[in-house]
Amino acid sequence: MDAFLRSAANLARPQTDQPAVPSEVPAARARLSIEPISDGLSPGPAVTVAGASKIFSNGTHALANIHLSVLSGEFVSFIGPSGCGKSTLLKMIANLYEPTEGKISWWGGDRRQIGGPGRRLAFVFQDPTLMPWARVEKNVRLALDLEPRGTQDTNALVAAALEQVGLTRFARSYPRQLSGGMRMRVSIARALVDSPNLLLMDEPFGALDEFTRNKLDLDLVQLAWKQRLTTLFVTHSIYEAVFLSTRIIVLAANPGRIYGELLVDEPQLRTDAFRDSDRFSELCRELSRMLTGASKAVMA
Amino acid sequence: MIQAMSREWVWRVLAPVLVGVALVLGWEGICRGFSIPSYLFPAPSAIVASFVENMPLLFSSFASTALVAFKAFGLAVLIGTIVSFLFVQSRFAEIGLFPYVVLLQVTPIVAIAPLIIILVKSTELSLIICATVVALFPIISNTVTGLRSVDPGLLSYFKMKRAGRLNTLLRLRIPSALPFFLAGLRISSGLSLIGAVVAEFVAGTGGRDAGLAYQILQSGFRLDIPLMFAALALIAILGIIMFLLMSALTQVLLGHWHESAIAEHG
Repeated sequence: MDAFLRSAANLARPQTDQPAVPSEVPAARARLSIEPISDGLSPGPAVTVAGASKIFSNGTHALANIHLSVLSGEFVSFIGPSGCGKSTLLKMIANLYEPTEGKISWWGGDRRQIGGPGRRLAFVFQDPTLMPWARVEKNVRLALDLEPRGTQDTNALVAAALEQVGLTRFARSYPRQLSGGMRMRVSIARALVDSPNLLLMDEPFGALDEFTRNKLDLDLVQLAWKQRLTTLFVTHSIYEAVFLSTRIIVLAANPGRIYGELLVDEPQLRTDAFRDSDRFSELCRELSRMLTGASKAVMA
Repeated sequence: MIQAMSREWVWRVLAPVLVGVALVLGWEGICRGFSIPSYLFPAPSAIVASFVENMPLLFSSFASTALVAFKAFGLAVLIGTIVSFLFVQSRFAEIGLFPYVVLLQVTPIVAIAPLIIILVKSTELSLIICATVVALFPIISNTVTGLRSVDPGLLSYFKMKRAGRLNTLLRLRIPSALPFFLAGLRISSGLSLIGAVVAEFVAGTGGRDAGLAYQILQSGFRLDIPLMFAALALIAILGIIMFLLMSALTQVLLGHWHESAIAEHG
């Protein structure tokens, strides 16, 4: 147990007013008990955020001087108090917002890299954001309709994506006929049908009950492992962040900035047994302490 | 379950029919009991007799008014939809044109109709233009609102997928706008009939193509009040037909997904 505590103390690195240094990440990566993943195209980080800030037109200073590097295959969660800019950061990485200052690069290049072979990006929103007028299969197919892939059998791709999320039987249903959890699965299937390499998820299970959330978390962690996805995940839940992630970035607010990060040095393919382990509890406590610190942190 | 639904359906039809029969019987009873002369307030039996006697004339007028109303409605839908798309695609078009659309809406048709009738040579065309002017605004207003009321998450998704304007319009904005558009159609269908009748009143055109409004005017001059009521009843029936057609269209297009249609029809 002492070894665990020492390990946690080393891994949890509060960085008040200090940006996360990209060069630290490869070292951290080496400590994770997962195989290094390479897509054969991008040996470098999948995403690099270099000194990015975001000030909205109404004057809200959402993010300040964010430095971040995410390697292929990592599962990185963002956690922090409300208004700390988690979703804004994710949307900047999704190329939905432009940073006011700084730069974001994808697979070592600019936004033109997104969408190429082995460089596909998918986003799962906080709400399922489905088209209520379309059946489940048509909702999933939307990703392919908007970016046609030539000769690929789209029916087979849609069927495979629905099977992955366990909704094959509901392909002909309308979103209103599904539960909240099932609708979110459709949203995930729509992301998966695109065969993404980088999956961005903005608190996707926040509105679900604890039981459904745990089930979807388990499905997601296995899916991310099987598909070798690089996943960036926003959450408010300490337990969810620890269960899913290989690395957790803690953000502080006013303006949003990186407060620290916590490495989860456990095998990436998790099972429910991990939730019951002492290590899980220890990591949750550590993350909770960091979050308390982040909530109290005031910009110098 | 099915039995309960059919019972509910029978009840929905039967209840208004029973109320209608009771009202007509009461009306007939009052007219006969108090010996009210038919030139003041005709009994339903007198109206039916007048309807049977003038059936060819009334049906010809019915067809004439219906044709004007339907043509005006179709034109309003066409123009309204094009203008709405233009407003949504071009901020300049919206800012430049919207005040004039409002101007057209707030100016009473009774005031514009004589001008249109003078300017346009064909009487039928002038009637159609008047009715179109009345029916246009709800379609533009509702469709523009609908085209703008898109789920922001879905819009972000389309943006992220780099979907072009046309793709976003066809796959997202138009389906999102459908409930608003159909609500606009329901209002406009009634308004096109009102516009047609008002224009006929102003034009006061007789002859072979005389509409129901002309029959009302003429029967008023002749104190043929039963005929006036018969023409009035046909206008109401025409309005109901248009409303039911729009309701059926709404049900076909929204019944499987939109709350308004699902709630209304179970």
